Amino acid sequence: MTSLPTTTGKKLGLVIDLDTCVGCQACVTNCKEWNTSGHMAPLTDLNAYGAGADGVWFNRVHTYEVAGHEGCGASASRTMHFPRSCLHCEKPECVTVCPTGASYKRASDGIVLVNEDLCIGCKLCSWACPYGAREFDVFEGVMKKCTLCVDRIYNENLAEEDRVPACVLTCPTSARHFGDLGDPNSDVSKLVASRGGVDLMPEMGYQPVNKYLPPRSRKDTASSMPAPELKPADTANGLLGWVDRLLSR
Amino acid sequence: MAFVAPHENDGVNTSPFVSDEVKTTTCYMCACRCGIKVHLRDGQIRYIQGNRDHPVNKGVLCGKGAAGIMQHYSPARLRKPLKRVGERGSGEFVEIEWDEALSIATTWLSNIRATDPKKLAFFTGRDQSQSLTGWWANQFGTPNYAAHGGFCSVNMATAGIYTIGGSFWEFGEPDWEHTKYFMMFGVAEDHDSNPIKIGLGKLKARGAKFVSVNPAQTGYSAIADEWLGIRPGTDGLFVLAIIHELLKSGSVDLDYLVKYTNAPWLVIQAPGTAEDGLIARDPQGNPQCWDQKTKTAVNALLPSVQPVLRGNFDLGAKRAVPAFQLMAERYLDDAYAPEAVAERCGIPAATIKRIAAELAHVAFQQTIELPIAWTDWAGRRHDKMVGRPVAMHAMRGISAHSNGFHTCRAIHLLQMMLGSIDVPGGFRYKPPYPRPIPPSPKPTGKAGTTPNQPLGGMPLGFVTAPEDLLIDAQGKPIRIDKAFTWDHPIASHGMLHMVIKNAVNADPYPIDTLFLYMANMAWNSSMNTRGTIDMLTAKHANGEYKIPHIIYSDAYASETVAYSDLVLPDTTYLERWDCISLLDRPISDADAACDAIRQPVLQPDRDVRGFQTVLLDLGARLKLPGMVDEDGDPKYPGGYADYIINHERAPGIGPLAGWRGDGTQHGHGAPNAAQLDNYIDNGCFWRGEIPRDARYFKMANAGYLAWAKSMGFLPNTEQIILHLYSEPLQKFRNAARGHGPAQPPDKDRARIDQYFDPMPIWYMPFDEAASNATEFPLHALTQRPMHHYQSWGSQNAWLRQITAQNRLFMHRDTAAAQNIADDDWVWITSRSGRVKAQVRLVEGVNKNTVWTWNAIGKRKGAWALKPDAPENARGFLLNHVISETLPDMRSNSDPITGQAAWFDVRVKVERAADHEQGESDHDFDDMQSPPGVTTGPDVLQYGAGFREAAE
Amino acid sequence: MHPALSVIFFTTSSGAGYGMLSVLGIYATLGYLSRSLWFSLTTMIIALGLITAGLLSSTLHLGHPERAWRAFSQWRTSWLSREGIMAVATYIPALLFGMVWIFLPASTAVLGVVMAVCALGTLYTTAMIYRSLKPIHHWHNQHVVPCYLVLGPMTGAVWLLVLSQLFAQPIPFLSPICLVLLAAGLTAKWLYWSFVDSTSGPSSPASATGLGKPESGVQVRSIEWPHTEANYVMKEMGFQVARKHAQRLRTIAIWAGFLIPGVMIETAILQPSTNPLIWCVPAALLMSVGIITERWLFFAEAKHTVMLYYGAQKA
Ligand SMILES: Nc1nc2c(c(=O)[nH]1)N[C@H]1C(S)=C(S)[C@@H](COP(=O)(O)OP(=O)(O)OC[C@H]3O[C@@H](n4cnc5c(=O)[nH]c(N)nc54)[C@H](O)[C@@H]3O)O[C@H]1N2
Ligand SMILES: Nc1nc2c(c(=O)[nH]1)N[C@H]1C(S)=C(S)[C@@H](COP(=O)(O)OP(=O)(O)OC[C@H]3O[C@@H](n4cnc5c(=O)[nH]c(N)nc54)[C@H](O)[C@@H]3O)O[C@H]1N2
Ligand code: SF4
Ligand code: SF4
Ligand code: SF4
Ligand code: SF4
Ligand code: SF4
Ligand SMILES: [Mo]
Repeated sequence: MTSLPTTTGKKLGLVIDLDTCVGCQACVTNCKEWNTSGHMAPLTDLNAYGAGADGVWFNRVHTYEVAGHEGCGASASRTMHFPRSCLHCEKPECVTVCPTGASYKRASDGIVLVNEDLCIGCKLCSWACPYGAREFDVFEGVMKKCTLCVDRIYNENLAEEDRVPACVLTCPTSARHFGDLGDPNSDVSKLVASRGGVDLMPEMGYQPVNKYLPPRSRKDTASSMPAPELKPADTANGLLGWVDRLLSR
Repeated sequence: MAFVAPHENDGVNTSPFVSDEVKTTTCYMCACRCGIKVHLRDGQIRYIQGNRDHPVNKGVLCGKGAAGIMQHYSPARLRKPLKRVGERGSGEFVEIEWDEALSIATTWLSNIRATDPKKLAFFTGRDQSQSLTGWWANQFGTPNYAAHGGFCSVNMATAGIYTIGGSFWEFGEPDWEHTKYFMMFGVAEDHDSNPIKIGLGKLKARGAKFVSVNPAQTGYSAIADEWLGIRPGTDGLFVLAIIHELLKSGSVDLDYLVKYTNAPWLVIQAPGTAEDGLIARDPQGNPQCWDQKTKTAVNALLPSVQPVLRGNFDLGAKRAVPAFQLMAERYLDDAYAPEAVAERCGIPAATIKRIAAELAHVAFQQTIELPIAWTDWAGRRHDKMVGRPVAMHAMRGISAHSNGFHTCRAIHLLQMMLGSIDVPGGFRYKPPYPRPIPPSPKPTGKAGTTPNQPLGGMPLGFVTAPEDLLIDAQGKPIRIDKAFTWDHPIASHGMLHMVIKNAVNADPYPIDTLFLYMANMAWNSSMNTRGTIDMLTAKHANGEYKIPHIIYSDAYASETVAYSDLVLPDTTYLERWDCISLLDRPISDADAACDAIRQPVLQPDRDVRGFQTVLLDLGARLKLPGMVDEDGDPKYPGGYADYIINHERAPGIGPLAGWRGDGTQHGHGAPNAAQLDNYIDNGCFWRGEIPRDARYFKMANAGYLAWAKSMGFLPNTEQIILHLYSEPLQKFRNAARGHGPAQPPDKDRARIDQYFDPMPIWYMPFDEAASNATEFPLHALTQRPMHHYQSWGSQNAWLRQITAQNRLFMHRDTAAAQNIADDDWVWITSRSGRVKAQVRLVEGVNKNTVWTWNAIGKRKGAWALKPDAPENARGFLLNHVISETLPDMRSNSDPITGQAAWFDVRVKVERAADHEQGESDHDFDDMQSPPGVTTGPDVLQYGAGFREAAE
Repeated sequence: MHPALSVIFFTTSSGAGYGMLSVLGIYATLGYLSRSLWFSLTTMIIALGLITAGLLSSTLHLGHPERAWRAFSQWRTSWLSREGIMAVATYIPALLFGMVWIFLPASTAVLGVVMAVCALGTLYTTAMIYRSLKPIHHWHNQHVVPCYLVLGPMTGAVWLLVLSQLFAQPIPFLSPICLVLLAAGLTAKWLYWSFVDSTSGPSSPASATGLGKPESGVQVRSIEWPHTEANYVMKEMGFQVARKHAQRLRTIAIWAGFLIPGVMIETAILQPSTNPLIWCVPAALLMSVGIITERWLFFAEAKHTVMLYYGAQKA
């Protein structure tokens, strides 16, 4: 059903810290690894061993050079890594444009999913997503996308601490966080509040649930640390006069 | 707390079945060696996840580790032993049975052993079983053994081990929990892949300052609070300028220097004599210092002394000054002032001064105290641990330059001056480090080799004086790679990068068999790849190959396979037993000694065997001592697993430290038949925690020293004094000045005198100095991509989708000055060769530097990739422009350690002509896949089967 | 956006078909439509043929054409679903209309109105599929609906003109109406092009990465993509047509799609002595080429916000 739920019980989503992400691609391959055998299996790879290799992935990490942002500090620009996956928007037009009802947003937890059995592969939803979060499986003829690891986060066959999205489980720098962004008291909501988390392309009006924490200001100027300038030592007793004091082993 | 599945009624199964079995083992998509849990379903891998309990990765996996499925099922896997039938390089092989393969090898090797054992050169690459392979070489009787350390990071390892008894490399780590200021020099990824990332995440969460010194602003540097885009090869100057500032302002931890380093030791000042620059010692050999109380020179090791750090003292026949004074005088010189080095380093003087001020401020004003009482080596009780929370880490950006040894020592010197080694918030040793300084044992082989006899000791070791060099009476090198000669006296890891060249030139002598394991020498692990390939195929006039036999163990269809005569196919990392041993490159952390195993979680579906098992089998066929019992039967018929359990290096000491004896002993103990089961029950690793009060000041902490001795890591509980001043280096210098029994040939005297400075120096990297600066104005570097491991990643269907082509990254302004536009194809030319690449213009790079991702470029036809693969068509290998020799025909290496100087190369970059735009240029023939290896399917639907099974 | 031939063919062919139905319907209501078996039969076959061919073609780009029927279900939210319904629903009045027009002497006035409304409604829903897509500035604007509403009837009218001349069943004022529609089409398209050339979407690389509003001055430059080879997103949403090439194609579209056909039809009007077919058949053919070019550009020139992640500075 492509009508959107007016409210969702929870707003499950990710918080991604752009100040901490080193662009290691762990979340990318771990997502692929879990999901290629998961709810949307398989994530087909075309031309896997030749030119034009092109597979379905739910998460991609870009590298940018950013200038003019307060996070750049004194330097002209900074390198920033940027993971991009479905934001599980509150007003996702990828869902409302779908003619078949294959795309839907869950009323319970807000996860945006595709029911592959209904999908006719018209690709319209991928056109409607400003973020490029949907990838078409050409071989299977259906649209695929991040499931927020719906087959992990509640999975009773997994240990409780493993019931988080694969990308979050693996992120070595802890730049990815998962939780209920609808609950102001959740860890993720607090993190977003304290770090000034933002929406991507708010002007599109899709109201992403996932939030990004922008890079923090660099500490690359004298004003960023309370370190006083070093003054030459007292040279009354010679250049190394300061060395003469009682020292014991 | 996990969420409870809601009643959504959309037919989604939120609790699908995952796996029938979960097996723990150790990842080997790289040398970080993380703990993994492999979920298996119907005998196939469903999912590989990090092992949360594992000391290395604590549950996380990197981009490579998480792509393990595609590594394991790679179409490039070798399937059966191969015997070459065509010309070398033609790729024409026949598949043979293991018995035949092993008997061919046995014939070749037993001939060598019976005649001249050194004619076997056994070199291993990314080997993690060096305690086995080194021992095997020893039992065989050849000194010609090394792993890849010589071209990797021996500068780092050696500078550290000779200076602080440990090293950044893999033998220490920043105190991630407590440090407030972290400086990282020249690191893109490193062996500690996940620990570094976990650590950086912690720093970020705590808001500690992170400074990255690196010509390129990628990866870790991208999240640094301050990026210093230094000019390559100049870190030594930068660091010594910081030291200059600290000395000038008196911001030095004198108490630390006096307690833990040899700063107060008296250095003899007797120019022209054999003693000059050596440590003044009492008749018992103890180093001396000048005691402020008694105003006499006394044994510097006594706990009661009150040493002075400056002065000029009369010791009867000779004069001496404290080492600290020599050092202070040197670095207070204006030549080391920030203003003097700023331009060359590309870091403004004001920035250098500010960094020095910040380091001093954090070290001395923001000290931290841990309320942990401890006892020092002299039995004195301290009620807390006071730390200077400044930590440093450095890797190949320092190491892979020909001045890397001294630069690395300079960084250790800086750490000592700040009092931040093994203190809370500082750099911390991982057991079994720290080790005594200077280290032991010495390399074996001086006595020469005897047919059918073991060498008598491990081939690699640590020389501490000219007498230890492996040269014969005529001064001829004993080893084929000329390690431990006057060319590279402290080449502690050997010099894999020189073996092929020397063997082909019969310099110092010809060899019969080159036995390689896990080193892609015909491609990315060689400098001058074209030349190396030509050497591998070089023939005598009579048509015989100059290297008569090449045996190689690889698991995949790499470039090097085609150049081998006999290929021993290895398993993948998920199919074999392995041992990550404390006798080797350990995986300990700063709070515990750790080791681990790999267990076969899948059975090979091909006719392949674990290399270590094969090596033991070969050893038994050759009747090598230790590998056969009294009756001449194999001692380890159960293969490597049998060896791991039952081999004892010394009584009670075996490959694994955990669960020895009756299963309750750790460190020491008799072999335990159930040991591997004990490991498996514990997630395939063992972690022996250091007592809480012994986790800092390890070099001088009685608790630690006692614990380390009980574990067999240290021979005694003596304090380990850090060597700010390096006496072994001075011994070489004195030899060069004409003293002592072993002296360099005249042509080497000046060189040795210059580079064997007992205190850190800086000089221009050799290749840079040898390249005309106007003609070749740019430095060219490579970096490790975080998601590819050397050459292995490209066969991985997932990893290669992320990067199948490497660009040449270049500063926008530098390119603009040459009319090079983004995406243009350019020629990169060095004094030794040229290669074509496509550029990507950026700002986050030093303007004098260009760089690319390492080892993405592949030879056409290798790795079971299709001929049109972009790795070949658009990728490139920078190695083509790196020369293995300097114009004076010496190897392109550090003069002390022989470390290959990958990052010294200087290039010019010019836009390629219009008709040359569009693809890389390769003057190599296409390769052909070995028998049994075919390229993978066009459409890959891994996991489809699991989906069907679930429904 | 990737200019998929199946979709280009669908929108142009069905567009002409629905356009023709709408013109026919209006004429019928006004009572200006003559009855001649071959003319009406051929006209209806061609109109419905164009529609059917277009619709079939549109299913070609589906991953699962056999499930196409499911597309009718989401009319509450989806313009594609609505279009599907309208497109099929239009067959009912159209077939009835055709039956009456061809075979029965009864009035076609009411059916004509219903059919025209349905046909125009279908064109409207088609336009709305594009109009509603916020990530694509070239489509998400007020010019798209007028263009579709004019170009459909325009192409339909010109082909109807040809048919009426072929069967010598003149339709009053159809030639001037064609001229008016061609002028209106050109105007609509002109307004569209000047709008998209002078404006861009509200997003920028800075807003796409959450670093600031487009006017914040924050610059974000892509230095590495997440994949070195093109992926689905790039192939589907990253199609690029060189500016010079696009200009050339626009010129073709303008001359072939509007100006030359207009002049030709005008010539036919001014030279009543010559057989109008000599002018009108080439006019219609040329117009179709021009409109297919126009439609190709409608896709090829459209930029999607996702390309902001791949280095585009505007979308
Ligand atoms: N993912 C991944 N991990 C790996 C490997 C891999 O291939 N892939 N390889 C493993 C191996 S064998 C090794 S040896 C380690 C190496 O790990 P790293 O030490 O991280 O080695 P490199 O990637 O060579 O990176 C060297 C870094 O030094 C910088 N650099 C170069 N010259 C200078 C200089 O003069 N000064 C400074 N300050 N910086 C400089 C380069 O820009 C680069 O960032 O990584 C290991 N880990
Ligand atoms: N330009 C440039 N060149 C460099 C460097 C650089 O920074 N820049 N770095 C240098 C350094 S530090 C290093 S360590 C070398 C690394 O270079 P190499 O030592 O060549 O390392 P790899 O490319 O990892 O490949 C070694 C071989 O091991 C094989 N292999 C993989 N897994 C297994 C297995 O399980 N069993 C067996 N038997 N074989 C296996 C692979 O197929 C491959 O052929 O490169 C060096 N080359
Ligand atoms: S990110 Fe895209 S695919 Fe995901 S919910 Fe939002 S619009 Fe839909
Ligand atoms: S591709 Fe599938 S999910 Fe997307 S809009 Fe079409 S039918 Fe819906
Ligand atoms: S939540 Fe799951 S499906 Fe989504 S990006 Fe992360 S790992 Fe992939
Ligand atoms: S795993 Fe974490 S650090 Fe690595 S790319 Fe993903 S978000 Fe960034
Ligand atoms: S760092 Fe990655 S590849 Fe290396 S061992 Fe750990 S998980 Fe495996
Ligand atoms: Mo290495």
